[in-house]
Amino acid sequence: MSTLLRLATAGSVDDGKSTLVGRLLHDSKSVMSDQLSQIASPSDLALLTDGLRAEREQGITIDVAYRYFATPRRRFILADTPGHVQYTRNMVTGASTASLVVLVVDARNGVTEQTRRHAAVSGLLRVPHLVLAVNKMDLVDWSEEVFAAVADSLDYPGEVTAIPISALTGDNVVSPSAHMDWHTGPTIMEFLETVEAAEDPTGLPARLPVQYVIKTRGRRAYAGQLTGGILHVGEKVTVQPGGHTTTVAGIDVLGDPVTTAWAPQSIAVRLTDDLDVSRGCLISPAATAPAVTRDLHATVCHLHEKDLRVGEKILVKHTTRTVQAVVSSIEPGDSLGINDIGDVVVRTAADLAVDDYADSRTTGACLLIDPADGATRSAGMISVT
Amino acid sequence: MMPTLEIGATTHLKVLEAEAAHIFRETAGEFERPVLLFSGGKDSIVMLHLALKAFAPAPLPFPLLHVDTGHNFPEVIAFRDRVTSDLRLEVASVQEYIDRGALPDVPERNGLQTTPLLDAIESGSHDAVFGGGRRDEEKARAKERVFSLRDEFGAWDPRRQRPELWNLYNGRHVPGEHVRVFPLSNWTELDVWQYIAAEDIALPPIYYAHERDVFDRRGMWLCPGSWGGHSEPLQRKTVRYRTVGDMSCTGAVESTARTPLEVIEEIAASRITERGATRADDRLAEAAMEDRKREGYF
Repeated sequence: MSTLLRLATAGSVDDGKSTLVGRLLHDSKSVMSDQLSQIASPSDLALLTDGLRAEREQGITIDVAYRYFATPRRRFILADTPGHVQYTRNMVTGASTASLVVLVVDARNGVTEQTRRHAAVSGLLRVPHLVLAVNKMDLVDWSEEVFAAVADSLDYPGEVTAIPISALTGDNVVSPSAHMDWHTGPTIMEFLETVEAAEDPTGLPARLPVQYVIKTRGRRAYAGQLTGGILHVGEKVTVQPGGHTTTVAGIDVLGDPVTTAWAPQSIAVRLTDDLDVSRGCLISPAATAPAVTRDLHATVCHLHEKDLRVGEKILVKHTTRTVQAVVSSIEPGDSLGINDIGDVVVRTAADLAVDDYADSRTTGACLLIDPADGATRSAGMISVT
Repeated sequence: MMPTLEIGATTHLKVLEAEAAHIFRETAGEFERPVLLFSGGKDSIVMLHLALKAFAPAPLPFPLLHVDTGHNFPEVIAFRDRVTSDLRLEVASVQEYIDRGALPDVPERNGLQTTPLLDAIESGSHDAVFGGGRRDEEKARAKERVFSLRDEFGAWDPRRQRPELWNLYNGRHVPGEHVRVFPLSNWTELDVWQYIAAEDIALPPIYYAHERDVFDRRGMWLCPGSWGGHSEPLQRKTVRYRTVGDMSCTGAVESTARTPLEVIEEIAASRITERGATRADDRLAEAAMEDRKREGYF
């Protein structure tokens, strides 16, 4: 059974990130020969990731690119985030769906200020695993001492695995290195193939944000994707906002009836009571339902050229619910510019049932949207105090 | 009693399926008049299959739209008519535009589809348009969003794309704009075929190996038809199609794969992308797809 792992890469171009991505694609035989026709040497592997004309013309990577590769054990979705331009915006985007970040550093320079910023953003987005790929080991004589010094110098709130590699020569990327027999840990690819791919839903409270009401023959089924946990037929559930309690009468997984469903399945549930349930409602087990709030506290990454200011009217998109709101406070300062990160409180016009982002990367996340043109202005990670 | 095995276990195909259903339901929940682009090709067939599952047992809450170049494979048109017989299907005809002089009568018609497509979107007041595009197809598409905003001219501006985080798809737009929605963004050609095999999805027969009279044009096996090609020196080959589009620019590949599982084996061993192998229009320039997308193409 092949599972899916979503990962993101970070690091500056000079550290060899694009070469590493090219190496992973190339050595897992995921790059086809027509795409390779422009690649003359291993260092040109970076060209594989520049998709837009402006990027090729200016020699920079502007935007997150998604790459796909597979081994017999696992399918990978790789968000390749550029190192220079608007790095926070791109890094936040790539890390938001990732279970793992590969952070590339140059063994000669070690962990730099930018490395720490990338790690901080990954930590803020609660990416559970971080791989510190200590690259260019060929340029430090494959030295265990150099590697150990770099590997020990990064703090991360999740799990860190440091791996010594050379993206240029391929050592410890897919194949084990003959130059570094002192390294007893996995290669990058071995680690990607065996790391826990997603959070085990069995330990989390179930959450079903209602996306759409499927109506047939007078029956209503509430369609949504379980963002966490397990839901059973017969389970007592609460519908928010409103807080009414009822029982799960039936569950379909895309048309097939089941007695138990789990994240991340897309399902439709029927309820025993005829409640007013519509898009934007949240169905969760009565025992573990989240609290509702109109004062949303969030750590916000601002992603747009137009500053976010105290007093501004904004739309909050939280799961399938979009509500009007006003920015009541921003710390530090009274505004956030593009790529700034701050603590923001918004007052919403209607109740939102939220979880802490530390508990759920779905029901704890939100977007701030410009009501005038619909632009995505900021990304928020909610704190429940 | 049934053992409650494998709770929480999810294969990559099931994750992709659940994600696609989520995207369909988000769109149906947020937009007034979505439409699904259906060409009779494998990606749009898989997309339709997923859409039907996402809203089961209710009927599909939006119609289908086919932009017919007039030079499609007859097997594909017959298949389209069969599988859409109980669905709402609108056909935008490139031939009609040519007949009334609104488009030039050129042999390669792929680029002609943009005008009828944009007209159909406008006349149907469609605010969301599902397309079967995948990010693994081509490098401009690798940077495409799941919800991709288009301006009043249908144009894509890669510098103006919204950041897309978590599974929070932002469909807000002002009147005149619309959003292209790509439920198969994260699928690869191999995933599509594995899903076709797993779900036993019917395809037009030309996706499987068959005998055909073809000729070589710039390294691509083309087939004569209503579009032309009749004066070319023909060779009998055992071929199949990896993609299905306008006959004038869609090439066959030599293949003996007659079942989905044999196709999967063949793709797994292939060293050329499906577009590189079969699409003359993408060979024109480094940025051919990006340029067509900027003008409003699929």
